[in-house]
Amino acid sequence: MSIFEYNGSALVAMVGKNCFAIASDRRLGVQLQTVATDFKRISQVHDRLFIGLSGLATDAQTLYQRLMFRHKLYQLREERDMKPETFASLVSAILYEKRFGPYFTQPVIAGLGDEDKPFICTMDSIGAKELAKDFVVAGTASESLYGACEAMFKPDMEPEELFETVSQALLSSVDRDCLSGWGGHIFVVTPTEVQEKILKGRMD
Amino acid sequence: MSQVAADVPKGGFSFDLCRRNDMLAKNGVQQPSYRKTGTTIVGLIFKDGVILGADTRATEGPIVCDKNCEKIHYMAPNIYCCGAGTAADTEAVTDMVSSQLQLHRYHTGRESRVVTALTLLKKHLFNYQGHVSAALVLGGVDVTGPHLHTIYPHGSTDTLPFATMGSGSLAAMAMFESKYKEGMTRDEGIKLVTEAICSGIFNDLGSGSNVDVCVITKGHKEYLRNHLVPTPRTYVSAEGYKFTKKTEVLFTKITPLTKKAEVIEGGDAMEE
Repeated sequence: MSIFEYNGSALVAMVGKNCFAIASDRRLGVQLQTVATDFKRISQVHDRLFIGLSGLATDAQTLYQRLMFRHKLYQLREERDMKPETFASLVSAILYEKRFGPYFTQPVIAGLGDEDKPFICTMDSIGAKELAKDFVVAGTASESLYGACEAMFKPDMEPEELFETVSQALLSSVDRDCLSGWGGHIFVVTPTEVQEKILKGRMD
Repeated sequence: MSQVAADVPKGGFSFDLCRRNDMLAKNGVQQPSYRKTGTTIVGLIFKDGVILGADTRATEGPIVCDKNCEKIHYMAPNIYCCGAGTAADTEAVTDMVSSQLQLHRYHTGRESRVVTALTLLKKHLFNYQGHVSAALVLGGVDVTGPHLHTIYPHGSTDTLPFATMGSGSLAAMAMFESKYKEGMTRDEGIKLVTEAICSGIFNDLGSGSNVDVCVITKGHKEYLRNHLVPTPRTYVSAEGYKFTKKTEVLFTKITPLTKKAEVIEGGDAMEE
């Protein structure tokens, strides 16, 4: 068993027209036993920046606390929020620092940058950045998510259509993964608002 | 402040989690696979300078995780470097050395030399005894002329007129060995580099997608991103997917975002 499969997770972020969506499943398991069905893997860093951490939940939470600490130090010193690009570099640096004893987590970062330009990015557990123009995925359901997103993605989607696409991609992918599922948790971020939604999914 | 700064590291690796991870490994947990650039990277010296080339596929095990990544990294205005191996290592090592070169330029006020970059890279890689798994092709034009080097993960280096690296290196080298000649023109050089990368793309499963090329000549460089797209996507439908049944939503929360007030630099000063 890979340590990434211990808790199970599915994460996806997709870009639309001046907006983005980031979604995850809601299961927390210990191997094949489900422990919680309302687990949060996506956190809001600031108004228009989100990070989802897949993989081992203990490492995801530790890493999240360190990232928030560093972001707050930045806010105090600079009196502004971090740009998504800057935050991605910070995450990458923190992960690469542990190159020879890594956190078993794979982050997905999504945010709105200057002039409401959407930014999405993922990394492996040692901080190799992958900047994508369309969508990024992570977690145990990543293989099926790659396929679903590749087929369903369209450029320049409006928020409503983006929500539908990401939700369908997520739900159909987690149905083919034992270790993730139990509904979805999705954030659709536009320049004017953040829509948070909880999706109904299969409960097996 | 010193208390707070304790968690803000100055640099260098941290080995905090090694013990725990070793314990997990001993208990039969499989070690994670990292993102690799399974890669074909090449370089050659032509009449006026150096040409570097790379494919654009990144893999994680058998999965293609990035179809169009950048493997030709910036080192200095006159030096570029192709990276193969673990993606995080090639990225980190080239970024680190390029910042050292920038500082060196600020200090000396002169153009960086390729040997300087070479020495910095091999020193770092040799220090880590091959654990930082970056295989590089370094090329550039400096005051002493064009240079091309290959650097292996253990820190050994070669100086060559044409070089290949990565899993597709054999396929690419076959093209170079049969067609390379001294004193090629720019167009001949780009053509040969493209052929060599294509040979890697089609014959090595670790390499794929597009061809990136970088031409460096005296005082000038040209980064040709996606110079050739040999296998464009054909299977995408024009209308895309339509969803008839709406996704079932259990809960919705909408938070409006307000525009952040911006402080204008050099605005009205506060009254005394």
